Formats: sequence, C-alpha cells, structure tokens
Amino acid sequence: MPQVEIRKRLISVEEIFHEGGPRAAIPLRRVSAVTVIRNPFAGRYVEDIAGFMDDLTPLGLAMARDMVAALGGDPKVVEGYGKGAIAGTAGEAEHAALWHVPGGYAMREVLGDTRAIVASTKKVGGPGTRLDVPITHINASYVRSHFDAMEVGMADAPRADELLLALVMTTGARIHARVGGLKAGEIKGEDGLR
Amino acid sequence: MKAEIRKIVTFVEETHREMDRGINPPTRRAAAVAIIANPFAGKYVEDLTPLMDIGEELGALLAAKAVAALGIAGATAESYGKAAAVGENGELEHAAAILHPKLGTPVRKVLGKGAALIPSSKKRGGPGVALDIPLGHKDAAYVRSHFDGMEVQINDAPRANEIMVAIAVTDSGRPLPRVGGLTKAEIKGEDGLR
Repeated sequence: MPQVEIRKRLISVEEIFHEGGPRAAIPLRRVSAVTVIRNPFAGRYVEDIAGFMDDLTPLGLAMARDMVAALGGDPKVVEGYGKGAIAGTAGEAEHAALWHVPGGYAMREVLGDTRAIVASTKKVGGPGTRLDVPITHINASYVRSHFDAMEVGMADAPRADELLLALVMTTGARIHARVGGLKAGEIKGEDGLR
Repeated sequence: MKAEIRKIVTFVEETHREMDRGINPPTRRAAAVAIIANPFAGKYVEDLTPLMDIGEELGALLAAKAVAALGIAGATAESYGKAAAVGENGELEHAAAILHPKLGTPVRKVLGKGAALIPSSKKRGGPGVALDIPLGHKDAAYVRSHFDGMEVQINDAPRANEIMVAIAVTDSGRPLPRVGGLTKAEIKGEDGLR
C-alpha cells in the first residue's frame, strides 16, 4: 500500500469564555487537528483501497497525541470527540471514508478505553471547503450537553489529488448548555450510548 | 477599559511538502485570535482611547499565545503580522485604534526585538469572514523570503458587535523561497528595513 505523504498540518485550539451568557470559571476548550495528505487513489477507480487504513493509523495516533499535548498533556480533560475528512475533487467520498477506522481508533487509543462511537462526517470539495465536524461525548453518545460541532478547513486544501483528514476533541459541554437530556453525571457507560 | 473576551483561538500550521518537494524542517506559523466585544458598536464615538488600551492588552496576550503555540522562544520568531475584522455594527477606525497606536510595543517585548513595522490589514465583515494576516520579517521589512500571509477564519465571529483581533508569528519564511531579494543572512537590523 502507498506511503502517507503529508503536505500540511494545522492544529487549532479554541478557548470559549462565554457566548452572551455568564462567563465560565473554566473556559471550554476545543482542539482540532487537520492533516493534508496526497490521495494515492486520486483520478481513477481503485477497487481495493481498504489496506490504506492501516497506513493511516500512525498518522491518526500522532494527531491525537498532538491534540492532547495542545490541551496541556492530560488525556483525562477530553470529554467529547469527532472526526471528518474531505476528499479533493479527483477523489471520491469512499476515499474520505478510509479515515473512519484509523481516526477513531487513534482517539480511543490515546484517550483510553472510550465507549462511544466517534461521530463523523465527510464530503468531496475543493480548496477552502469548510467541514462541520460533529462532536459527541466520548463515553455516551446521548449526553445532550456535549452535542457540538467544530468547523475546520484550510484555504489551500484539499487540492484535487489530496485528502484533508480531521480529528476534534472538546473538554466539556457547550458553554451555556441548558436543553436537558442525559447528563454527563448520569452516564452508565456500558453500551456507549447512555 | 479591559477587553471583554468571548473566545480565543490559536492556529499552528506546518508545511511539510510543496510541489512534491519535502520541506525540512517544515515551515511553521501560528496565529492567535481574540474575539472581543466592540464597546463602540452601533454609535459614533470620537475618542477611541479605550480601544487603543485594549490593543495594548491584546498585543501582549496574543503574541504570548502565538509564541507558546509554536513552542519557541520569542526571540527566535522570524516574521510577524497583525489584523482585525470588525463586525457589521463597527467601523474600520475601531480596528485601526486597536492595531496601530499601542499593540506593537508589547508584541515586540514578547519577541525580544522587532525593528520592522508590523504589517497589518483590516476589514469589516460577518461571522466566518476570512481574515488575511500579512507577514513580514520582524527585524528587516525587505527580507523577501518572509513576505507572506496567513488566513484565519472563525465560523461564529465576528458577530455584529464584536471585533476579531489577530496576531501571527512564524519561525520561518515561505516553504520554497526563490524570488531573490534581501536574505535573512544579510539583515543588518538597524533601521527595520534591511
């Protein structure tokens, strides 16, 4: 399988103090890691692509570790996560789907035995395309306060023959969460849902 | 007047390849962006001194954040730039008050030196507006390899009554500079130009 050829990386950290309501004692932090790589399958139909997921695994782990480092180094502060990918226009959505397994595995590995499925999205697009990466609680998908999304993108990516791969992590609930539902304190943590 | 900060976002971008050539070490640049309330939104105010003071405060804060995000000593930074985007209820002069009178001195303090003018840009726009921060070498404005720009974009800012203030710092120039001109090895560093 082809080598992973990185062109660019972007790490972004948001600290949110308020959104028009009371100022939080501890700001919500959200981190995204974006890596732009060459799409080895661009420009033609390739049937057997699944092996590339293994090649992407070390990249996913490196991104997840960098994100935890950007949050100060303690994986325990992470409460929400998500992943996404954009395939350049000479690629297909199926190429973006190659990110599901390595991206999800990487965050579970680095965060330590998380239970919930990693929310995800994907699309095909040109340079500057923005992707709203969905976010849910790492141990229970139904925790309503942690439903969120983080927009990622890069002005010059993805080029036609590239893939833009993204992971996101958050340190808590939306800054003024107040629409009820399952609370983080009520998680049973058995099935990844509640 | 202290800045009323809603959000701070940092970006670190690394370029590892360009036109199929490896960049070793990768070029790196960081931007730190604060989203603040515009105290003068929606009205004409003659005396903009409070915004100048906010500029001074943000100069220190954002330069420190950008340098920390790069993980370098301030003195090893190579280029810098600043920019602001005013929400729809503000005026360009508000951006000018933040950027020009007082913001530079604390930035230079964080970076050790900074003989050159800090290149700047400003605009008015709505949430998600793309802000292009111009970049130039911090000690000699004519260093051609370091003329550059970094785009930042935050999907929910600036709101109508907000201002988005950005400082960018790099530890390198463009990935493959080859258009001649003054090189960084030739800097005299006396007049801020050469």
